Amino acid sequence: MKERPGERLSAAIRAAAAQGEPAIIAFMTAGYPLREQFREQLAAIGEAADVVEIGVPFTDPMADGVTIQRSSQGALRQGVSLAWILAELRTMTRPRAPLVLMSYLNPLLAFGFEPLARAAAEAGVSGFIVPDLPYDEGEELRAALATQGLALVQMVTPVTTPERLAKVCAASEGFVYAVTMTGTTGRNAASLPDLARYLGRVRAAARTPVCAGFGIRRREQVVALRGQADGVIVGSALVELLERGEDPVRWLQGLRGRPAD
Amino acid sequence: MTAWNAELDGGRLLADELAGKFPDARGRFGPFGGRYVPETLIPALERLAAGVHEHLHREDFRRELELELASWVGRPTALTHARTLSRRWRAAVWLKREDLAHTGAHKINNAVGQAILARRLGAKRIVAETGAGQHGVATAAACARIGLPCTVYMGEVDMQRQAPNVGRMKLLGATVVPVVNGDRTLRAAIDEALRDWVSDPLGTYYLLGSAVGPHPYPYLVRELQAVIGREARAQMLARAANLPDAVVACVGGGSNAIGLFHAFLADRQVEILGIEAGGRGTGLGENAASISFGRPGVLQGSYSLLLQDEAGQIQETHSVSAGLDYPGVGPEHALLRAAGRVRYESASDGEALEAVKECCESEGILPALESAHALAGAKRWAQANPGRRILVGLSGRGDKDMPTLQATLIAQLDQERGR
Repeated sequence: MKERPGERLSAAIRAAAAQGEPAIIAFMTAGYPLREQFREQLAAIGEAADVVEIGVPFTDPMADGVTIQRSSQGALRQGVSLAWILAELRTMTRPRAPLVLMSYLNPLLAFGFEPLARAAAEAGVSGFIVPDLPYDEGEELRAALATQGLALVQMVTPVTTPERLAKVCAASEGFVYAVTMTGTTGRNAASLPDLARYLGRVRAAARTPVCAGFGIRRREQVVALRGQADGVIVGSALVELLERGEDPVRWLQGLRGRPAD
Repeated sequence: MTAWNAELDGGRLLADELAGKFPDARGRFGPFGGRYVPETLIPALERLAAGVHEHLHREDFRRELELELASWVGRPTALTHARTLSRRWRAAVWLKREDLAHTGAHKINNAVGQAILARRLGAKRIVAETGAGQHGVATAAACARIGLPCTVYMGEVDMQRQAPNVGRMKLLGATVVPVVNGDRTLRAAIDEALRDWVSDPLGTYYLLGSAVGPHPYPYLVRELQAVIGREARAQMLARAANLPDAVVACVGGGSNAIGLFHAFLADRQVEILGIEAGGRGTGLGENAASISFGRPGVLQGSYSLLLQDEAGQIQETHSVSAGLDYPGVGPEHALLRAAGRVRYESASDGEALEAVKECCESEGILPALESAHALAGAKRWAQANPGRRILVGLSGRGDKDMPTLQATLIAQLDQERGR
């Protein structure tokens, strides 16, 4: 329990990346499309991915595109809440892959930071991603999470200034979430000509692994990020696939270039 | 954030507010405010804050703005002595007539100021949200005047109840994008405008319409709206030879209220009253009174008072007035309430409609449904404090509310007359 916040996340990503391919961080909105499928989905995705990012639904997901907005509303309609997610995690057999919760700030504020850190630790969560909490507003949450060894993962973007990039990378725990494009989640990735240069700058500033996200949906994109990012985050594409009732394991294996057995 | 949980020292907060210490270096009004946005927007907000710092109080900016306010907006707006209301309410009632400003509401003060700023900051296009459509119309007009393309996001529900304003925006050259997500009102429109801005934070300027959102917007909007209170205070001294005993304004996001209140904050003898939308009841979802019934939290970039459930999910709101139909409120209002300087109450849909009728019949003025909440609050105060001077912020005119009024007051009148 005395490891540094985020150590478990970093280790899982490094171990996967050591195989020569970026680690896969798979995002799912908790309880979507069906609340009853949460455990089953998490078990499947947790087998096929290196880290699972579990989305806590929120009424106003301002950083997210249409897919995750839709999934968020769908989950809320079925009564999914932070408390429900933590209770499920606490009482289920959790996958091997470490778990991070993605939540907007207000549900965390309503829960209370200290109770949250305790409940998340009990539920086997390794850290949090909070898209509307920039690092300079994050001190209180970071401190509360640290008491339980939980990480607060920070995001950087292509428009983050060099001075700020250094500070955010220094503060980020577990990994650095490198947004590869401006815009909301789920849009097609603009193939930034300087993506490599950008990720190079992030890697140079980071103490932890660097994972690239926003707009990643195909095997070619994962291949293109080999050697440039320690991991890739897939969100909207996976949520859409779950919506269609398709097999996430098969798809995640395809992203890695491993044929399904 | 924890400061709220600790005992807030109201006296200290008020002293700091009056000393001009807010917003502080972190964009906070005491514990409220801040900058809770996706990382992508941070550089854009920092550039905006630097631009505000550089231009807003510069002589050439002030001159350009004042010329536009005088020759295009039509400022100063009139202060009207409401003779009949005064007699009926047994008070001296004065109306600050923002309904007479170009495009029909106070929103233009902010829109023209920010449009000038956007041009100076090199913006290629402007995006805005709108609830009642007044901010959208004001922004479309300011963009036409300044020569910048303009996109306005508007909730589908609001597009129906404020149809006349949708047409006006189109005529003024704006692209109006219906928002079908979320609650399909102002809150969803802000989310959508933010998403647009996130996709092009460097070329796009987000012209936010109320004193809400991340720093520096609450400050910027307040500074641009403070002209209302500065004029009104001078006009009261000139016309009534006295300050008012009470100043009353309606509060949704709170831009007209903060604009009217600011000049009076240091006049401790002046009672200040903000009137929120009481809707049809006090339960969650029945009103839009974030200060009266809300709890602190973070929505759309700032820490303030919000209508939310136990799990921190934002609640849908209800008000007959689209412009007040918002689950949050500007952080400076949360501060003024914590500091005990402003009292916040609410007026119901029914009281607001009644006030529209009374103002029309008594003064020959059709007020916006938003402004009617202020009139309803003022009437209540007048009846509790007979014989006093009251200044009411008449933030806009009611022409845009014709679809709602047709279905309520006018239908009622037709029925009475038919009988």
